Amino acid sequence: MKDFSAIAVFVLLVGSIPFFTNSGVVLNFVMMALYACLLAQAWNILGGFGGQFSFGHALFFGVGAYVQVMTQVHLGCNPWIALLLAIGMSAVVGSCVGALSFRYGLKGSYFALVTLAFAEVFRIVSLSVAFTGAGVGLMLPLRESFSNMQFDSRAGYVWLVLGLVTLALCTTAWLRHSRFGAYLQAVRDNEDAARAIGVDPFKVKLSAIVISGALMGSGGAFYVQVFQYIDPGLAFGPHTSVEALVGAIVGGMGTLWGPVVGALTLHVLADVTRNLFGQLPGINMVVYGTVLVLIVMFMPRGISGGRFHLFKQTSKTPSISKEPV
Amino acid sequence: MFDLSILFASVLNGITTGAVYALIALGLTLIYGVLHIINFAHGASLMVALYGVYFLKEKIGLDPYLALPIVVPAMFAFGYILQRSIINRASHVKDENILLVTLGISIVLENLALLFFKSDTRNIETAYTLTTVNIGSAMIALPKLVAFVGALVVSAILLSVMRFTFLGRAIRAVAKEKHGARLMGIDVDHVYALCFGIGLACLGAAACFLLPAYYVNPMVGSGFVLVAFTIVVLGGMGSFVGALVGGLLVGVVESIGGLYLGESLGQVGIFIIFIAVLLFRPQGLFGARA
Repeated sequence: MKDFSAIAVFVLLVGSIPFFTNSGVVLNFVMMALYACLLAQAWNILGGFGGQFSFGHALFFGVGAYVQVMTQVHLGCNPWIALLLAIGMSAVVGSCVGALSFRYGLKGSYFALVTLAFAEVFRIVSLSVAFTGAGVGLMLPLRESFSNMQFDSRAGYVWLVLGLVTLALCTTAWLRHSRFGAYLQAVRDNEDAARAIGVDPFKVKLSAIVISGALMGSGGAFYVQVFQYIDPGLAFGPHTSVEALVGAIVGGMGTLWGPVVGALTLHVLADVTRNLFGQLPGINMVVYGTVLVLIVMFMPRGISGGRFHLFKQTSKTPSISKEPV
Repeated sequence: MFDLSILFASVLNGITTGAVYALIALGLTLIYGVLHIINFAHGASLMVALYGVYFLKEKIGLDPYLALPIVVPAMFAFGYILQRSIINRASHVKDENILLVTLGISIVLENLALLFFKSDTRNIETAYTLTTVNIGSAMIALPKLVAFVGALVVSAILLSVMRFTFLGRAIRAVAKEKHGARLMGIDVDHVYALCFGIGLACLGAAACFLLPAYYVNPMVGSGFVLVAFTIVVLGGMGSFVGALVGGLLVGVVESIGGLYLGESLGQVGIFIIFIAVLLFRPQGLFGARA
């Protein structure tokens, strides 16, 4: 299939970068860009394909990050097994939040607000209990080795996150071609019509939030492996939620390559502003916010769904604008 | 367990905080009730107003309460322009769109503040900051009492404007049926912008009452965003009485939660109310079922 061969080419191209350079700056850039792609792709599954805008995806990110570090520090678990546990736990949290909010038919702004509130609850609780290290946070001891998922060069991390991005890409490609994906997009476009033809919107949305949460959790686990530190603000704060959602929306929601394009664009933009203005606090978030407003105003379908097609998209991309009534 | 007098003081403290919450929530509920949009930039706008009050005090020595006639109109103008020039243009009518645009605005505002004012937490010194008043067995800080009275006065003014003036009638007409209102010759876009302006003007007033007993930093607004949403959802989206009652209620819950669970965990009570109301009674206490 075309999508999968495109993914294979992408993986080969990006995966070979560490063979051509061992410049820390380049590899760090690639790693952080891929990491941003992962977050945007995770959000895209629920937000872009499912039409459920979450403002609190940091919830899953934080759960993944904390599980990753807690299983290692408290239980002496191997990080590779911890990664699976982190993904699993984020999926469980996703299913709980999804079951609660979709059971009661929360939609649109209400869903956005309730996800934000859940993330806040987790942030406050993790600030207050002992096993998360409270406000001090948790440190992952430095023990470089492959079995410890800690690599002596950035290349290892690039391949690790590339693996996760590939997983997300394949999931998205599967959504584009599978029956489940068609159900999900039907629910997004018209829930009542989907129900009328026998799709169970609750089940479909629930599965979407579970998948989306699991991928987001893997992002959190990766973050902890790289930076070896997590605290409640980093884990559950709004910054990560925003990064995930802006990346997907800027690139184009409900598309395969949109989140990749979006995350990469934002990353380059943030780097350029950093080079222009120096290391100022908050400058990259100013850029993110401005780009978000401009994109919603002028290109509601995102960069890849806009006038200039960077990648050929056959399926219709969802538009966040609608004709005035 | 705790002494009853401590509980009484805590409730009193909660009510005074709750009145300011109510004022913030009133602006939010007005914007929601009329424009049917959720203004995510509400917290960031409050932060802007707080900085305004702060710099008026620091640079020209203007007392926060005397800053009211400057900050309130300034916030009104800010809101009017914001709605007319950005939000209305980007809206394309769809709910999620405005959510994203206001989210974008709040990110920009907060991080611009971070850029210019750094992340320092600042507060102001006034002669009455530490003055307390005795009410029964409880002591209460004078600025909080002033904030309580001020918030109630502003709410009363807002409610009577909505109830008794032509502007209020026009706003209610637009809220109910905007096409009908347009046919009656009401400039709907103008009313929208006015509402947004009034909503932010409430924040201006709230900022003047808050600052003598509070502080300001670039992220101060985000703490209020969810609280204000909780109140609006609790009271019923678009209901003024609901916002007032909800504000006082949330203030008390926060204060008692803080007493029993400790300062940081006490906040959880608010979010649990929020989630529970959203799930089980999304129309709120005073809202009509849609």
